[in-house]
Amino acid sequence: MLEGAGKNVQIAIKRQGRQATARLAGEFDLKAAPQVREQLDGLIDAGMQRIIIDLRGVRFLDSSGLGVLLGRYRRLSERGGSIYLLTASEGSVRTVLEMSGVRQVMPLLASESEVPRG
Amino acid sequence: MTQYFELSCPNRPENVGLCRVAVATFAANLGFTLPEIEEIKVAVSEAVSNVVVHAYPGADGPIALRCDAREDGIAIAVRDAGVGIADVAQARQASFSTDPERMGLGFVFMESFSDEFSVESEPGKGTRIEMVKRREAPAEEA
Repeated sequence: MLEGAGKNVQIAIKRQGRQATARLAGEFDLKAAPQVREQLDGLIDAGMQRIIIDLRGVRFLDSSGLGVLLGRYRRLSERGGSIYLLTASEGSVRTVLEMSGVRQVMPLLASESEVPRG
Repeated sequence: MTQYFELSCPNRPENVGLCRVAVATFAANLGFTLPEIEEIKVAVSEAVSNVVVHAYPGADGPIALRCDAREDGIAIAVRDAGVGIADVAQARQASFSTDPERMGLGFVFMESFSDEFSVESEPGKGTRIEMVKRREAPAEEA
């Protein structure tokens, strides 16, 4: 499923049981935030317990995007679920994630194979 | 005449990217490196996003952006004529936000990714943010 073609950000979602992977590409800023929030909230509302958000295709991230990630973490953790973030090891997206401190609540992983088995 | 540009646009989310790309292009022409430009883009995005989200609650209003080339880098000013910030010192603290979906990191990123940073705000009259970013490497001779 590919959502958001022609917009700031594209989102591809893959579901497997109660785990979902959301692969984002593009620029994750204020313009993209509502679209990403809606998609991720849909996964949470559908009962997903583990959501892997793949940010490796995101070429720009600011505090608007971070707010969406943290807000989804809060919602899912209230339901006992977990969010894992996949990111490149360097670059501005990684820098912004590191500076924000989100890794204290959402692990920053290099690939899907590093996600702990549920 | 020193190189500069000015841009004025409505407080719409899509204009955050417009301002970001405009400043990035200007900075690239001044000889900033790619990592420096990435930092400038985040700082500009935060400043303009603040205008879109906070300056004109429920109303339309202008974002005014100006960039000036400096001998050592770039000066960026983002200005609005909105509601202003009641307590600038509080707004600059990490994790302060009037919006639960935002992390209160906007000012943190603006300060971290610029070499000089200032905020002037007056309730009811608007806010002006100024950032200076210096080049690490000297610009090539023309």
